[in-house]
Amino acid sequence: MNASQKPLATGSDWNFSVLERFNDRLAALADEYRLDTYPNQIEVITTEQMMDAYASVGMPVGYHHWSFGKQFLAVEQAYKRGQMGLAYELVINSNPCIAYLMEENTLMMQVLVMAHACYGHNSFFKGNYLFRTWTDAESIVDYLVFARQYIAQCEERHGVHAVEQLLDACHALQNYGVDRYKRPSPISAEEEAKRQDEREAYLQTQVNMLWRTIPEPPPDASPLPGSLSSDEDPLGLHVGGVYPPEPQENLLYFIEKNAPLLAPWQREIVRIVRKLAQYFYPQRQTQVMNEGWACFWHYTLMNRLYDEGDVDEGLMLEFLQSHAAVINQPDFDSPYYNGINPYALGFAIFRDIQRICEEPTEEDRQWFPDIAGTPWRTTLEFAMRNFKDESFIQQFLSPKVMRDLKLFLIVDDDQSETLEVAAIHDEQGYRRVRDALSTQYALSVKEPNVQVVEAAIRGDRSLTLHHVQDSRRPLGRSVYPVIRHLHELWGFPVRLVSMDEGRVTHRYHWPVEEEPKEKK
Amino acid sequence: MTYFIDRRPNAKHKSAVNRQRFLERYRKHIKRSVEEAVNRRSITDMERGEKISIPTKDISEPVFQHGPGGARNIVSPGNKEFLQGDRIRRPSGQGGGGGAGEGGASNQGEGNDEFAFTLTREEFLEFVFDGLELPHLQHKPLKSIEEIKMVRAGLSRDGVPARISITRSMREAYARRIAMRAPIKRALQAAHQALEEEERKDPVLRNPTRIVELKAEIERLEKRIEAVPFIDTYDLRYHQLSAQPQPSSQAVMFCVMDVSGSMTQNHKDIAKRFFLLLYMFLEKHYEKVELVFVRHHTAAREVSEEEFFYSRETGGTIVSSALKLVNSIIQARYPPEKWNLYVAQASDGDNWDDDSNTCRDLLVKQLMPQLQYYAYVEITPHNHQSLWHEYESVAGQFPERFAMRQIVEASEIYAVFRELFKRRLSQAN
Repeated sequence: MNASQKPLATGSDWNFSVLERFNDRLAALADEYRLDTYPNQIEVITTEQMMDAYASVGMPVGYHHWSFGKQFLAVEQAYKRGQMGLAYELVINSNPCIAYLMEENTLMMQVLVMAHACYGHNSFFKGNYLFRTWTDAESIVDYLVFARQYIAQCEERHGVHAVEQLLDACHALQNYGVDRYKRPSPISAEEEAKRQDEREAYLQTQVNMLWRTIPEPPPDASPLPGSLSSDEDPLGLHVGGVYPPEPQENLLYFIEKNAPLLAPWQREIVRIVRKLAQYFYPQRQTQVMNEGWACFWHYTLMNRLYDEGDVDEGLMLEFLQSHAAVINQPDFDSPYYNGINPYALGFAIFRDIQRICEEPTEEDRQWFPDIAGTPWRTTLEFAMRNFKDESFIQQFLSPKVMRDLKLFLIVDDDQSETLEVAAIHDEQGYRRVRDALSTQYALSVKEPNVQVVEAAIRGDRSLTLHHVQDSRRPLGRSVYPVIRHLHELWGFPVRLVSMDEGRVTHRYHWPVEEEPKEKK
Repeated sequence: MTYFIDRRPNAKHKSAVNRQRFLERYRKHIKRSVEEAVNRRSITDMERGEKISIPTKDISEPVFQHGPGGARNIVSPGNKEFLQGDRIRRPSGQGGGGGAGEGGASNQGEGNDEFAFTLTREEFLEFVFDGLELPHLQHKPLKSIEEIKMVRAGLSRDGVPARISITRSMREAYARRIAMRAPIKRALQAAHQALEEEERKDPVLRNPTRIVELKAEIERLEKRIEAVPFIDTYDLRYHQLSAQPQPSSQAVMFCVMDVSGSMTQNHKDIAKRFFLLLYMFLEKHYEKVELVFVRHHTAAREVSEEEFFYSRETGGTIVSSALKLVNSIIQARYPPEKWNLYVAQASDGDNWDDDSNTCRDLLVKQLMPQLQYYAYVEITPHNHQSLWHEYESVAGQFPERFAMRQIVEASEIYAVFRELFKRRLSQAN
């Protein structure tokens, strides 16, 4: 510690000028490390406001829905009972990057949160390829405001209940409202509003084209006429073949564009939920990296502050205690075990990359020939920018981290009597453990793979979906409520076929059909 | 670049709308819990929120999930004794359900069977009265008995020793001592100085008489300083009380209920809500509200709240027995000049025919002159009987203080209550 310099502040009390001084120091250090960030907007809020922010999943403005109320009650209850401290930080991927500081945090916490959120998360949002590709930090807040206003208008016009039902249905499918392979068009509140009427009209003509012979329900119509002239059917939709020609993974998109009975405002709401799901999509895929990166930086920056004499031992001790709690990883047999702690795993990997760069061992040279001994800052930046959890673990999880965390792989196969320990943290097991952990973070494995394969535009208008099982894992019990919601959106029967290696194992129908009575 | 913004002054309850939506959606569940709570709790214990539990499955937001079964790979930390190839027995009790890979299972704190949360007091009461908005009961002076109350009214110079204010007296004494000693001290200092000057002079020039004089002066002054009394009668201060007429802050509410065989539990639950409302209303106005429960069939008895609502009796009905008992309780324990007296009566309207006359006489001659208010509800969908008609004549004589209504369902209670008290509120203005 540089004894000649006085700490910027001591004790646990803070005020705005102290925060500003610390922020200036952090900004200077971040600069030194070449952290590229959006401008920061740091908002000091109360506990209640933090609970509010929590309940709206961190959106600074959200539309109204009962599920957010439920979330709020759960948070409030847990907080009041002391079961959980409120997370001391919440940060929003926007430009400027909004970070919340809670007023009752101590000075140490405020500094820690600034380092963690305003420089860690912030630079991750700006740098990581998923965020760059899939989200629009520039326009998200405007878009949220637009969404809230639009939905409020719909509630006025069509009733709260109707909107609520629609949102329930959309929420059930929101994880399937994402384009996984192509960049979505940017969102902009202004243009959304401007083009809305145009689009409503246009969308409706598209749908009308597709369903032009369909009467209003009940759908009890005769089959369509065999052929239509090409003038009436310029898209060739009624010529033959299956519609859609390719399976569609973005269920909400498919609904928005093709559901026969939705009114234009309903399509618009489907679109809003879809756009928001798209916005949160990268966050679901980069939890380990994002938290690991933020922890790495708060740890590094806090230590620098201490080294430079900006903070005293008291504050540093308080920091270390809190840091240790955040990156604590209970063992699988501990009563506190709740899965792998993304903070712990991410922090361990990033720290390990730094170690491999600076002090590589023989093992590291074998495993990571291309990064061992390189400048750590460049390597770290590369790792942060170009990966998601799945590929990041695959690429950078080192034998040392596996040994430190004592990772092991269990195979739980319902066809065998016992569980098998398939691999542990030893020479034979490293690769297998790493593959398995990487897969564990792949969304395609976490979430069942469900796609639209056919909309029977010439038959009973039913919608058929395929579920492709992963390792024979069936769908959970929630499948009926979900396809019921899907049916509400689609308006005609929904069939879901669950398949394992081409073999059909289950059929789910909504409305429930007479034939197979075994479920319900 | 960084901006700091202090958002603390902004509105807090951003989630209020969402919270209301949630409560609205699960109204049925919550109502059930609230009803149980009302039946369980005492009348005097309604002024707090309630913990509500809803089965998690009823409020889940479904998404596609993997079900149990199939093969799954689970990576966990903290290996201690396992080696590759070990086989372990499957943990019993469906332990694998929330396995490490299942993000969806645990991310909302679900997995418990019950979703529990707490209703605020206002929300609770709203549910108690079935969504009818509770009026903001205002602190309007009900007509009430005046009572003389002694209140502190500053300090005075005379009073009885028991009311002496020690601190104030000592402070006065201290001030007086300073004031009285100051001029003497000044003179003393001057004398000392003069003496010193005199003594410093050359022995030839000294004036011995002057020195003697000065010494005597000093002695005299010192004696005078000592003579200043430490405390004087002049210093004493007494707390003063003054008599102020005050509205009596205590009230007693008699709950009178028919418990004859014809009153079902449903009737009693409705009655309970009626009593509850009146109690809460009174509580807003009086510091202290006592409850007396009188139940009757052919004979009346004073009972505990528990017994009042939940024990069953059979037999005929003689209402006057209860009124007599109320009257004698008033005589014995609640003198009308000290207490604001309220009676709330619930019945299904049955009475032994000859008794209704007696009731009217009792009310008109004995009870009504003493009471602030008498509220009667008849819980029945049927036609009125003699009791109602007799009461109508009482109401005619005491239109200000006697109210009666008929109730069929619990949801009507509030409307009835408002009706009962409307006139009084406006009159009290």
